[in-house]
Amino acid sequence: MTLRRITVLTTICLFGIGLFISQAQAFKGTYKVGALFAVTGKWSFLGDPEKKTAEMLVEQINAAGGVNGRKLELIVYDTEGDATKTNLAFKKLITKNKVCAVIGPSGSGTTMAIVPVAEQNETPLISCAASYKIVHNDKTGKPYKWVFKTPQTDTMAAEAIYTHLFKRGITKIAIVSVTSGFGASGRGELIRLAPKYGMTIVADEKYGPKDTDMTAQLTKIKGKAPQALVNWSVGPTQVTVLRNYRDLGMDKIPFYQSHGFGSRKNIELAAGAAEGVYCPLGACNIAELLPANHPQKDVTMQYMKNYKAKYNEPLSSFGGHAWDSLNMVVQALSNVGDDKAKIRDYLENNIKGFVGQHGVFNYSPDDHNGLTNESFAMVIVKDGDWALAD
Amino acid sequence: MEKITFASQLLQYLITGLTVGSVYAMVAVGFNIIYNVTEIINFAQGEFVMLGGLIMVFFHVAVGLPLILAFPATVILVTLVGMLLDRMAIRPIRRPSVLTLIIATIAASILIKGAAMFIWGKDPYDLPAFSGRNPITFLGAVIQPQYLWVIGFLIITVITLSIFFNRTIIGKAMTACADNADAASLVGINVKQMILLSFALSAGIGAVAGITVTPISLMEYDRGVMLAIKGFGAAILGGLGSFPGAILGGLIIGSIESFGAGLISSGYKDAFALLVLIAVLFFKPSGILGSIEISKIKRF
Repeated sequence: MTLRRITVLTTICLFGIGLFISQAQAFKGTYKVGALFAVTGKWSFLGDPEKKTAEMLVEQINAAGGVNGRKLELIVYDTEGDATKTNLAFKKLITKNKVCAVIGPSGSGTTMAIVPVAEQNETPLISCAASYKIVHNDKTGKPYKWVFKTPQTDTMAAEAIYTHLFKRGITKIAIVSVTSGFGASGRGELIRLAPKYGMTIVADEKYGPKDTDMTAQLTKIKGKAPQALVNWSVGPTQVTVLRNYRDLGMDKIPFYQSHGFGSRKNIELAAGAAEGVYCPLGACNIAELLPANHPQKDVTMQYMKNYKAKYNEPLSSFGGHAWDSLNMVVQALSNVGDDKAKIRDYLENNIKGFVGQHGVFNYSPDDHNGLTNESFAMVIVKDGDWALAD
Repeated sequence: MEKITFASQLLQYLITGLTVGSVYAMVAVGFNIIYNVTEIINFAQGEFVMLGGLIMVFFHVAVGLPLILAFPATVILVTLVGMLLDRMAIRPIRRPSVLTLIIATIAASILIKGAAMFIWGKDPYDLPAFSGRNPITFLGAVIQPQYLWVIGFLIITVITLSIFFNRTIIGKAMTACADNADAASLVGINVKQMILLSFALSAGIGAVAGITVTPISLMEYDRGVMLAIKGFGAAILGGLGSFPGAILGGLIIGSIESFGAGLISSGYKDAFALLVLIAVLFFKPSGILGSIEISKIKRF
């Protein structure tokens, strides 16, 4: 036998053994969970950290022996932020991959596109998107049976901002918002809740998600002399608007950002212009700042350390939504196995006092979001970092 | 805080509009250069602007080259990308129809955008302003020093281009290709080289636009499309192929957006600009400074 033959034979044998092992593992059975994230496209700042977080968690869980001794398998599809693609991928997860539950999608629009599919196919879905409509069926006034969600709603963010303004005795505010779904939804909540907190909205301006300059809108607002300015957007525009605000010398008007500002990258990009800006944030953004006796202190610190160690980039709060969703599914799996109906019932009745990245969740038949207003803390930018606002 | 007067508000709208409009105008000029020589609309024009901004960030912030070196280095690199676009995507097409070439530029734009996403990721990048961020107050309106740079570069670009096209042999040769490519090649002008040059020039101008606007609005991989649409609107408004028209079109669209946002409704500012565009095309289909005679001989 020549050396070459030996090499070839050995390789084949090794492959065979490898195949055998992998089949043996598959035979033991895995728990299959689906995930839909906008990894690329315009909502990638949501989907990218979500995917990274979910993959990191699965790795950790499997390294620690899996769930009930079975391997956890996460099947991720990229939605590209597109409703049609999300719909197709979701159906593929249900029929081809036969997953027992799905986490995601990242956006409210894409989630709304698959809510009926989840109901029809009786598959538990834990969305990572903000809109309250995801868990509120307008016809029945109750949540959809199979759909849950983890992020705080826009209502909670608007209430957190208004509560803070109210405490400072401010009543005259101006709103600027981006013309995307996120901005429109936040603007709607700000307008709806204004009377409840005695706020008068003196200006209501908008800009496009790719606009280069918002000086015109801010000049108009400056002319109306409001006592505070609330901006509702995500992406680069929320930094540009902040810079224009500084340039126009409007520093005496307190500037409030939505929870969309929740990434340290924004403070960095603003290059000093973010000092003194207020925004409502979930616990996972401010893990270091939380007092030691805060219920979320441990989980958020742990997540932050692991994420930074693995990906070497600052934590984005959006990844926390995937953390919450996936861990709920895992908790359900370890208690009731991978039966879809049992998982749904478990989520609805047994997620009580679940300590997550964005709050302490208490699901119930009437509440598939499970959070209270306390899941947001008001934060101020101080010396280039977050600090708790008083 | 002192209340801002209506007059200074108007002035502020004008300054903002002219700045934003200058960027649109530079994109529109880029469209025109290629259109004049090849009769195609280069849909990758916005991508040149995006590349200009991001490559400048790389040279100036990541590598740490001083502004005076990073600027020409960026322009040269983007110019090379423009030349590559011509050599790889435009020239190899046999017996090209105008439509095929336009589709090739759309493909190139998607490719460049994808490549930029892989290289730089999806986050926006910032560039320090050329001469600080301390705003100048002028009659109650506020001017960022960077605004002056943007407007200044537009003026420099326009002057250089008009000298180039009217006073130099190469420039005149390019203009000849624009008038009649067949006749131009009969008198010994290398039309293919002129096309290459037109891609190089418009890529360079796109890069300048990207470099100057990044300190104002940040830059990320997918901003090119929006700028291309606005720049295209400006080129059409001014009359496709006309350089003064491109400048005028850009400044008008920028100002309408700014005044529309300030005086009427910021939610509909893009609609105002488009309404004016449609109205102008309705009364003068060749654009404000375009000529009907020229547009009749063009294939597109």
